[in-house]
Amino acid sequence: MSDKQNITRRQLIQAGSAVAATPMFFTKNAWAAESFANDPGDSATVTLGFNVPQTGAYADEGADELRAFKLAVKHLNGEGDGGLMNTMKPMSLTGNGILGKKVTYVTGDTQTKSDAARASAKRMIEKDGVIMFSGGSSSGVAIAVQGLAQELGVLFMAGLTHSNDTTGKDKRRYGFRHFFNAKMSGSALGPVLKEEMGTERKAYHLTADYTWGWTQEQSIQETTEGLGWTTTAKVRTPVGAGDFSQFITPVLNSGADTLILNHYGKDMINSLTQAVQFGLRDKQVNGKNFEIIVPLYSRLMAQGAGKNLEGILGTANWDWQLKDEGSIAFVKSFGSEYGFPPSMAAQTCYVQTLLYANACENAGTFYPPKVIKQLEGFKFDGMGNGPTEYRAEDHQCFKDVLVVRGKKNPQSSYDLLDIVKEVPRADVEYDASIFGGELGPYIV
Amino acid sequence: MMKRLMNIFKKQSDLTTILLFAAGVLTMPIWLDPIGANYPDLLQKFVIFGIFAVGYNILFGLTGYLSFGHAVFLGVGSYTAVWSFKLFTMNVLPAMLFATLISGLIAAAIGFVSMRRSGIYFSILTLAFAQMFYNLAYSVLIPITNGETGLQLRMHDIRIIDNYFSDPVPGLPSTEFFGMSMNGYSGFYFCAVVLILAFYVAMKIFRSPFGLKLKAIKSNQHRMRYIGSDTRPYLITAFIISGMFAGLAGALLAVTDPLAGAERMQWTASGEVILMTILGGVGTLFGPLIGVGVIKYLENIFSAINDAVLHNFFSFMPLWAENLLVAITAPFVGEGWHLTLGILFMVIIIFLPGGLMEGFQKIKTRYLTKSMKDSESTTKQE
Repeated sequence: MSDKQNITRRQLIQAGSAVAATPMFFTKNAWAAESFANDPGDSATVTLGFNVPQTGAYADEGADELRAFKLAVKHLNGEGDGGLMNTMKPMSLTGNGILGKKVTYVTGDTQTKSDAARASAKRMIEKDGVIMFSGGSSSGVAIAVQGLAQELGVLFMAGLTHSNDTTGKDKRRYGFRHFFNAKMSGSALGPVLKEEMGTERKAYHLTADYTWGWTQEQSIQETTEGLGWTTTAKVRTPVGAGDFSQFITPVLNSGADTLILNHYGKDMINSLTQAVQFGLRDKQVNGKNFEIIVPLYSRLMAQGAGKNLEGILGTANWDWQLKDEGSIAFVKSFGSEYGFPPSMAAQTCYVQTLLYANACENAGTFYPPKVIKQLEGFKFDGMGNGPTEYRAEDHQCFKDVLVVRGKKNPQSSYDLLDIVKEVPRADVEYDASIFGGELGPYIV
Repeated sequence: MMKRLMNIFKKQSDLTTILLFAAGVLTMPIWLDPIGANYPDLLQKFVIFGIFAVGYNILFGLTGYLSFGHAVFLGVGSYTAVWSFKLFTMNVLPAMLFATLISGLIAAAIGFVSMRRSGIYFSILTLAFAQMFYNLAYSVLIPITNGETGLQLRMHDIRIIDNYFSDPVPGLPSTEFFGMSMNGYSGFYFCAVVLILAFYVAMKIFRSPFGLKLKAIKSNQHRMRYIGSDTRPYLITAFIISGMFAGLAGALLAVTDPLAGAERMQWTASGEVILMTILGGVGTLFGPLIGVGVIKYLENIFSAINDAVLHNFFSFMPLWAENLLVAITAPFVGEGWHLTLGILFMVIIIFLPGGLMEGFQKIKTRYLTKSMKDSESTTKQE
């Protein structure tokens, strides 16, 4: 043995422990392998954040989403009738909060603006210490806050967002979507359009000018052109425009015989009402009746549009008239709480909250990477859309999609839609890789 | 003794002002904690909009020219900064530099045209420009602005400088200042230092011959012209400076949160900075900052108060009183925070046209004259 290696056992241990101690001293919680943002730790409660539009063009949807979130929190804490916790399977929820911690919540207003939504989400994460946040109604907002979720390492369970980009090119590891998307709307709508309107039509698109409008326009165009239709024009309109008459007048003289309205919320109510007032639906073009299609609409919008929506085709994620066990249980629970049936926005937000809670129970921790792994590929049933799967590759749920039509003679102010067809999941599935994008890392 | 102290207080040197100011800004996390405003995002908003308002005050406060389109520079600053993150590096310094320069250039162009008119015509011209930029961002400029979705970082951005020196890390990179993260409290302190520097520059301008000239333009522009002084170059310079301040604020918004949306350029955003300035006190150094604090606090904290929070707050009362008070206060909080802001604004305009600063001044004079009389009487007695 040379002189240089003359180190005593004692020195070695001292040096070793010094090296081992250094990083622990400088990194907070370094000894706990699973340190993460807003760890509830020993606290008796856990906080969720509900970030919905309370003002702006999508405020109606936001209000209904908030009702659903409050109901979900009640049920998670074992209050009320339990709602979908009676029908969901498989399920690990106990009605004793999440992992034994009572669920509390904070709310925020996204104003349907990315900036405001991110500020509100940051407040929830930095000040209120939420472990998960949810909400939606605009895909632009959903994508903006989903990016934030990834940056800050807090899960985002998207509410109503229908753009392909949310789980397509802008997908994130920390973002999950239960709602269906524009691509699925197109696939579901195609066969019905062919049957009812034939293969020779000229379509004119009016499109809300942001990610959702763009992808829906693209998906519907692909579908209709696949049927043999031609596309006359695609016109982009600003969100929250209020008056759409300047966009509708050119439709009259364009030679198109079909108007496709890629609008949502109050925008869709306004544009449809104005289109009907301009007499579009009474027109004959190319020897055919002029038709209007609204690829995505909800009962809330049907209430706003009233008679104008009669006979108009579209798609929906869910409807309160579905007769499966889960839907009945949810409508009953929501109805007895608020006195009217839930919208599809409410249903998706309620389900998302329960799914998150269930994933935490399964994982046995709030540590996001483990919760994410529970959600990825999770198969469940009894939540109102038949057997459903959270696809691991893009965090998109796959389930049956509804094709709906505005009812001719509604019985009540809620009974506004006829379900034309329940399109099975297999017909709307697509390859996860077609939109590109990357989920990103589990640990941030 | 008291008198001497007061004299020091009155004749605050620039150095003491800036030191007091720096201390006040840097200790914000401590003294804002009791009112629930101590979290990074809101603190960052306070200081960033502080820079915006300080810059706006150079134009509106000194020259009296009411620009209705200042949010344009905020938006331009944000877009420029995000593009700098996408194309060059995640370091914030180049982003801030580019943002300030480009918004200065655009301010020069807008100012050159708008400054041909004064008064209401000037305001309308700036409003028209703002609306034009806003609409352009949603139409022909979509390749630059990404429209309604907003400009965001992507994993495969070019980032020439960063990628030259190191391999890309998995996930989205975050903004940094030579290794210092711009998230959370470090981001706040960074912005706070920038605010202190910006405030120092503004103070120097206020107290310089240039500032005096601007004040003279405000009080009587015709007289300035009669004595042979051309006011236009001074006005355009003031406009450019205040545009650069706004661009810097816009860049910092992108620094703390790398996303730029055109709603930052909407006329409501321009209106907000006017509200802030008037609420705090036009033409005073500190006024706009106080206005920023009040409005951002209302927007972020008041808007988040819901019925449950109110019930909690009043829970010490008997149930009927609790319900009554909740019913009365509920319309003023949550989504109704605009109502509170409106009422506050009206009260201030009617009773304190000089803003909150006038209020403080009134309290100060009342207290000072009273204590001065007291000290005089004690001297006599002696």
